[in-house]
Amino acid sequence: MSWLTRLIESPKSILSSSDSSSAPEGMWLKCPGCSETLYNKDLIRSKMVCSKCNEHLRIEAEKRASFLFDVDTFEEHDTTLKSVDSLNFKDKKRYKDRIKDANKKAGNSDAIRNYLGDIKGQITSASIFDFNYMGGSMGSVVGEKIVRGMERAIEYQCPYLLITASGGARMQEGVLSLMQMAKTSSVANRLNEAKLPFVCLLTDPTMGGVSASVAWLGDVILAEPKALIGFAGPRVIQETVGEKLPEGFQRSEFLLEHGLIDAIVDRRELPAHLKMLFEHLMHRAYRQAG
Amino acid sequence: MAYSYLEFERPIAELTEKIDELSQMGADSEVNIADEVERLRKKRDKLVEQTYSKADRGQMAQLSRHPDRPNFLDYVPMLFDDFQELHGDRAFADDGAIVGGIAKFRELSVMIVGHQKGRNTKEKLKRNFGMARPEGYRKALRLFKLAERFDMPVLTFIDTAGAWPGIDAEERGQSEAIARNLMDLAVLKVPVICTVIGEGGSGGALAIGVGDRLFMQQLTIYSVISPEGCAAILWRDRKFADEAAEALKPTAKDLETLNLIDAIIPEPAEGAHRNPEAAAEMMADVLDKALRELLKTPVEKLLEAREARLRQLGVFNGE
Repeated sequence: MSWLTRLIESPKSILSSSDSSSAPEGMWLKCPGCSETLYNKDLIRSKMVCSKCNEHLRIEAEKRASFLFDVDTFEEHDTTLKSVDSLNFKDKKRYKDRIKDANKKAGNSDAIRNYLGDIKGQITSASIFDFNYMGGSMGSVVGEKIVRGMERAIEYQCPYLLITASGGARMQEGVLSLMQMAKTSSVANRLNEAKLPFVCLLTDPTMGGVSASVAWLGDVILAEPKALIGFAGPRVIQETVGEKLPEGFQRSEFLLEHGLIDAIVDRRELPAHLKMLFEHLMHRAYRQAG
Repeated sequence: MAYSYLEFERPIAELTEKIDELSQMGADSEVNIADEVERLRKKRDKLVEQTYSKADRGQMAQLSRHPDRPNFLDYVPMLFDDFQELHGDRAFADDGAIVGGIAKFRELSVMIVGHQKGRNTKEKLKRNFGMARPEGYRKALRLFKLAERFDMPVLTFIDTAGAWPGIDAEERGQSEAIARNLMDLAVLKVPVICTVIGEGGSGGALAIGVGDRLFMQQLTIYSVISPEGCAAILWRDRKFADEAAEALKPTAKDLETLNLIDAIIPEPAEGAHRNPEAAAEMMADVLDKALRELLKTPVEKLLEAREARLRQLGVFNGE
């Protein structure tokens, strides 16, 4: 079951570690998809998508926000929420220490950042997972932030966008983390009632408790190309069924083929795509027709 | 009946054997050994009490999956009358890992839905060991909606290691199926009472576990991941399952401390696995009380309370 740890340690995340964002201009990076050496500055321009093989590199929430929102229109919210070690959890390491290390590595916003800002002029409440922070795992803070993101959408009568990148529930919070699945799913009903668009964008990876709750409850489910998305990790499945997994199993393209998501969207086209989608969903033909 | 005993239940098994032998001897011989038998019985009662009240979390995890522990379908005839099973998700298949239907509970028609692990090898295979596929969760959802349409309270019974981690399950949208249930149960317009009767394993348990009341029987666990799974990830070795169980705090007592359940349903001293009828009776009393209370609450109030209950889940600092 260590697919999660393997994911965390996979070479892709080297590129998305906070080092890359603070790296001096002119640094070269190797694409994990095609091994092409890429110029950092070019990569930023192409929204961290490899210009040669179209690999969508994993990126941290802050960078994603800067790619998504119109310049100078967005602000991060709910930054004071902090994880608590209510179980006094200790494996090889204490949860308290894991939190400290994660704060150092990925900033103080826990595994998700909430924003309010404009996407091509459309004000949008967005929650963006940060895989760099403890594998984007969902604990009480992540659950609360998602709910607040939804409530903010209702307050501003605007769309809610959830961008996932998560290994699943945060084991170190025990069953409290499991209950975040129920909490976030419950509040998604209020977006429905308010007739506000709820769009999910699933990115690499989206697994376990996040996948099996709020990630799949959007009105429209989008995914980035080749993202690993599923309930159980591929290795767990392989160990359980003892069969070879099909080619491309649990990748976005596989999910699209099986009718599980609406569309695959290139990161570079995301803002325009969302703008159009939101316009359609908020158009209200009855009202327009008087 | 041949009982199975867990490793730490061995002393109870040995003492029971001794009592049985002595009782038999007593019938044959002239010597009056009734006093000795009585003494040993008292000793056993004490041992039983100690074994279960002092079980550590790893042992509690084992107890929750005890081979003799009653399954959902064992409880059904003890708790309900006129059970009519309803099959299938109307789209793909009938998943044996989740059983549902309409039944009478103390004169009230209710919808009951539960995981069924299976008692013998044949049934276990048929039930996929209680690990449901998407069609199982979708069948459950169909029955929840049916219950809503006919003002029928819903009683769910949780006993699963988790949702089935298989290729087929992924292809048919395991995540989506679980997610949909969480969302729709949160606003179902009838009372929903959920009870953990064995193993509450992760999202596969939660998919029939969102409601107005959550109860756990005394010797059950409810966890975000199995102790074995947690050990495999965090310790990189499944052998550390006991350590993981301690860390995860998954017992009924733990969840009560965390304020995540409404009550612990007591079990007979020797556990539900030795006295299912007594366990069923204790469960029926708790369910009956909760059900009548919820049925007195107007639906809007019921939903408001459920929403508030779900909204407040979690522990964190800051504003």
